[in-house]
Parts: sequence; C-alpha cells; structure tokens
Amino acid sequence: MKIHIKNGRVIDPASGLDALQDIFVAASHIVGIGGMPANFHANQVIDASGLIVCPGLVDLSVRLREPGLEYMATLETEMHAASVGGVTSLACPPDTDPPLDEPGLVEMLKFRAKHMPGPRVYPVGALTKKLKGEGITEMAELTEAGCVAFSQADAPLIDTQVLLRAMEYAKTFDLPVWLRPQDPHLAREGVAHDGVVAARLGFPPIPVPAETVALSTILLLVRETGARVHLARLSSRAGIEMVRRAKHDGLPITCDVNIHHVHLSEMDTADFNANCHLIPPLRSQRDRDAIRLGLADGTIDVICSDHAPVDDDAKELPFQEAEPGATGVELLLPLTLKWAREAGLPLGKALSYITQHPARIMGIDAGRIGVDRPADLCLFDPEATWVVNRANLASLGKNSPFLGLEMQGRVQYTLIDGHLDYRRGNHQHV
Amino acid sequence: MSANNLQLTDDGRLRHLLTLDGLPARILTQILDTAASFLTVSDAERDVKKVPLLRGKAIFNIFFENSTRTRTTFEIAAKRLSADVVNLNINASSQSKGETLLDTIANLSAMQADMFIVRHAAAGAGHLIARHVAPHIHIINAGDGRCSHPTQGLLDMYTLRHFKGPFHNLRVAIVGDVLHSRVARSQIHALTTLGCPEVRVVAPKTLLPRDVENLGVHVFHKMAEGIKDVDAVLMLRLQNERMRGSRLPSAGEYYKHWGLTPDKLKLAKPDAIVMHPGPMNRGVEIDSAVADGMQSVILSQVTFGIAVRMAVMSILAGN
Repeated sequence: MKIHIKNGRVIDPASGLDALQDIFVAASHIVGIGGMPANFHANQVIDASGLIVCPGLVDLSVRLREPGLEYMATLETEMHAASVGGVTSLACPPDTDPPLDEPGLVEMLKFRAKHMPGPRVYPVGALTKKLKGEGITEMAELTEAGCVAFSQADAPLIDTQVLLRAMEYAKTFDLPVWLRPQDPHLAREGVAHDGVVAARLGFPPIPVPAETVALSTILLLVRETGARVHLARLSSRAGIEMVRRAKHDGLPITCDVNIHHVHLSEMDTADFNANCHLIPPLRSQRDRDAIRLGLADGTIDVICSDHAPVDDDAKELPFQEAEPGATGVELLLPLTLKWAREAGLPLGKALSYITQHPARIMGIDAGRIGVDRPADLCLFDPEATWVVNRANLASLGKNSPFLGLEMQGRVQYTLIDGHLDYRRGNHQHV
Repeated sequence: MSANNLQLTDDGRLRHLLTLDGLPARILTQILDTAASFLTVSDAERDVKKVPLLRGKAIFNIFFENSTRTRTTFEIAAKRLSADVVNLNINASSQSKGETLLDTIANLSAMQADMFIVRHAAAGAGHLIARHVAPHIHIINAGDGRCSHPTQGLLDMYTLRHFKGPFHNLRVAIVGDVLHSRVARSQIHALTTLGCPEVRVVAPKTLLPRDVENLGVHVFHKMAEGIKDVDAVLMLRLQNERMRGSRLPSAGEYYKHWGLTPDKLKLAKPDAIVMHPGPMNRGVEIDSAVADGMQSVILSQVTFGIAVRMAVMSILAGN
C-alpha cells in the first residue's frame, strides 16, 4: 500500500519542521517528505489541504478495560476511540481485573491488540503482585512479554520498604517505574480537593500534602536508588515546584499531567458533576495555573488523557460515590490545542507534549516524522469545530466533563503502521 | 454553586429545596413568613391540628441514612397539611440488594409520588434525584452528607428571628464540629444571605474545613474569644465516632475547651440565646444547666421546625 498525503502542513516537533510538504508512505514507513521518491506510484492519495499532518499522538495512560472490566469498555471500542482521537501508540495501565502482573496476561493482551485495528498498545506492568503493594512482580519476564514500564496505577503502595525494593529491582534492569504520588493515609476516604468547594459542599477532602508527602518519599528514594521514575498525574502547585527543584538537582525523573487538570479546577465540581470526580482531584485555580506554568517551562514533560471510560451506572450516583475518571482519549488533541491557543504557544511546541515527549518516556520509536520512520500519522483540521456529545464519542465511556462544550480541532485521518486506520466520515475502520 | 437553576422555576419560584447555598433572601423570608402562619395550626389549644392544603398528595419520606427525629418531624408536618405519608428506610432494604439510587427513585415515582423527602449519606444526592424526576415531583433535602440540611437551617433562622429580631443586628457563633456538619453549612449560608453581619465559627482546627473563611465566617479556636458578646450560640452535635479517630483526644478534653457551660455562656451577651439541632450529648458539647437553662430555646426550635417544614411543603406544592 502506497499513500501520497498531499498539500498538508507538516509539523514535526522533534525536528522543528513546520512546512507545506507532501508525505509519501510505502508499506509501513515514510519513504519521502517533500519530493516524490523515484518509482512511487500511489495506491491512494489523501488531499490534506487545510489539514495539519503531525506525528500520531502518543498517550501515556489509556484504560482499555480488558481483561475483566468489559462492562465498562472493551479493547475493540477503546482502541477505536484512540484512533478516532489521532492516537497511534498508547500505554495501558495495569489496573485491569486481574491486574497485569503475569507475563501470560500481558502476552494475551498484546496478541489481542495486535490483531485488531487501532493503535500500538504498550502495557504497563504491575509493580507489585495483584497491585497489593506487598510482593514485587517478575519485572524482567514482564518486560520480555511487552511491558514498557511498571506502576501501581491508582492502587496504594503503603509499605515504603516495598517501594524501595521495587525501585532497586527495577533499577537492576534499568526499567522505568511510573508512580502517581499519593499518600494513602492522607487521601483516605477523600474525593475532592481540600479547598473552597469542599468547604462549601462538605466533600471529604484530599489535601495537597497527600501528593507532596508521597512525592517527597519518592524523590528521596530516587536519590537513594537512581531508579528511573516517571511521576504520573501531578495535580498541585506545591508538587510541581518540588519536581522543578528535583529536576534542577539532576534527578532522573519526568512527569505528566492529565489534560483535564490543564483546563478544569475544583470549581467544576461545585454542581456535583460526577464526570469531574477524578483521581487526583481537580484542585484550585492556582494549582491549575501552576500546571500551565510547569508545562510552559518544561517541568512537566507530557500531557496524557488518563482515559477512563466508566459505564453510566457507575457515574449516575452522587459525586462522592461515583467511580472516578473521565473518558478522554478523543479529547486529548482538541484540549491540547485549546491550551496552546490560550497560552499563546506555537503549535509545534504544544504537540510535543502529546507526541515526541511521551514517546521518549515510553522508550519507543514513535512521536516523530522522518524518512524511514514508522508511518504513524495524525491528520487534523485545526479549524473544525464540534460539540462533544454522547453520540459522537466513540468510546463506550460517555463520562466527559466536556459534554455539551465546543471543541476546535478534529482528527480527519489516522495512519498507523503505514495504513489508513481511521477516516472521519464513516466512523469505521478502513 | 449552580443549584438554583434546579431549585427555582424559570419565574423564580421554589421547585425543590436542596440547599440554602445561593437561595435568594426573598425565598428564605417567604418560607419564614409562611411558617409563622402555620404555627397556629400546631397550637396545643386547637382541637383539629390539620389544614387541608396537601389533601390527596403523596409524600414519600426516603431515608437512606438512619434518623428518627427528622423523619418524624417531616411526617408530622405532612400530616398536619393532610398529605398521605409513606416512610421508607432504604439502607436496610433494596440498596443492599444492589438497586441504584435512581432506580429506587424511579420505582417510587411510578407509585404516583408528589414529593420526596430525602436523606442520604452523600453530598448532592438530592441534586442528582432532582435532575432525574418528572417535573411535577418536588424534592426536599433532609440532609445530604456533610453538605446541607436546609430545613434545619431554616428552622434555626426562624428561631433566631423569633427571639432576636432582624438579622442585620446580630452576632452569631456556631460552635463545634463544623467540618462534618451539614447543619453548620446551612446555617452559614442562611445567615450570610439574610444579612447577619458577623457569623463566627468556633472549633479546634481538626473540626474545621480548610478555607472555611471563604464561606464568609470569622474563625475562632478559643471559646472565650469566639462567643464573646454574641447574641446567639448555635451549638453543633459532636458525633461519638469523632472521639475514636485522630481528630479529638477525648470527650473530656473537648468538653473542657468547647463544651458550653454556664461560665462560658456568661461571656456572651446577657440576653444571648442558646440553640442546638439535637440530639444533644449532655456533658460533651453542652452542659445540662445550659441546655435546660433560661437562655436555651432548644425546645422552641423543635416546635418551629414543624411549622417551617409545613411552610416548605406548602410552598413547593404551590400554595
């Protein structure tokens, strides 16, 4: 299959390319940018006039809900949703049922995903068995099975000695550990930021120290072990400041935020909207401003969707009883573009947070455009406006805080491994 | 804080009573004034303590959390308005069989309910129900989590107004476990809306929400400072389980520092009144000599509570 993408504005954050250029794809790779290679005869020509052609998006946290949680969503639906969102590589956290703590489970997931249309799936292995925070997993075996990192997802790791041993063991093989900093005691029973809205509505609070105390422990253990740690889903100004200082000190850490935290704050929980019940909680407007500053100055490396499709039954409950999380993989691009517009950032820089940087953290050859590189591409219309509603979300989860709100920027084509995986218009794989 | 588009009709009338947060002063005053007219219905001298305003209406008391007192006062209020009342304690029945809150409500709606009085352990449960019921069904929140208890807040305002006159002259102290209290939150919203110039909260730091001053209150940790020269002391109930956690060391230490004793009450204005939403823990948050003393209006609160709940139901039903 040879595809000629013509007249698109090609933006590649990694190389700084931003120009009207044609791209030529043959088999699974890009074979030319600009001039047509010799003897290239396209089977298909995509007219990308008015579109931006960027690297396929890379998302560090997409819950596919398999195995075991198919009542919320399925591999098939969520991989399709990711493709609709322009995502061509994704990492899926181990919080499935059972958790991804055995090589067989990971191999099965990889096998099933490989034989379906949609993005490349990179499982994140459980750091501890059953995510219980007690015994560490067979990290080396799990890596051979296809895991790109190890994490507890949102499960607590209460025993600090286990955390230290897990980091030491991971460092033995130089495997990355992804940790979401949250002290389980300080966060106990909490559902919302310990701020003005919780004071007003009486939500059981999760104070900022739940993040900073855990972060402090992790950073000290990174100093001790030298483990490669990626900090997931930072939410507070104080936490971001700690990461800024630790990076300045040369610690081998990276970090990400959930795109929802770039736009929303505790104020969005004030009408009890269960779709705004997230982990970690949406914090104050000052915290949100700090997240934006942290992105702009490079303290925060990545924006992810932290995609969490939840069935209606688990969301149509009072705020504090609802299952946390938001569906988001289809909104990662438009919400990143919205942030770029609001922050006055060049498009290339904004896109780097959802392409080049997450690919680097996952250690995969993705997130950039170049000759002889895999042809994973996202073609989007930066001007197209659309209103998020239940019907136009491909994910089985309809739990978005942005339902009813207008987005600008929409994916038109997604190319994965050199073939057209998604084309807007028929909502089907091609 | 957009409960009002749920609570009020397009032309500004009360559709549901979910929270006092953001409810306009005009509505609060309307309820208090209407309650005054219902006090005579409950008059001990009266032979028939009933008016036919809600005859033929079906009111469901749905309590997902145990309560005898509040449920009973709603039941009495509804019966004095001639409504048919059904009491349901859900925590013991269908919820344990896995039925969702909204399924329960849908089932009860199908039994031709006109009004639901709901108590639930989670904040915003009433809001959720109000979003899902048919337009003719009215919801009264009888307590949702730590969020709000609007009829209690209203009966407290009635009591204050009755004994102390207009709110714009008053200095009021709310004492105790503000953090876990839906009563305190409702009192604070009502007092600030009705123009009370100085609302104080008095409690140890472990029983106050962070950022509580954003609700428009002055924060005190010492009783001697917090109740000095106030016109009214609004005591809160201290749940026993607070003593088992790490928020308080003992009932004794709490009583010593925040229990309302005759000595401490002398710091308030000489004619200050003492209120408590009940049930009281004598010797923990309040001394019996104060609870039963001249300045206590605690039993009046109970009497006014019936009239206030009658007023709310009657206004919701369109009378």
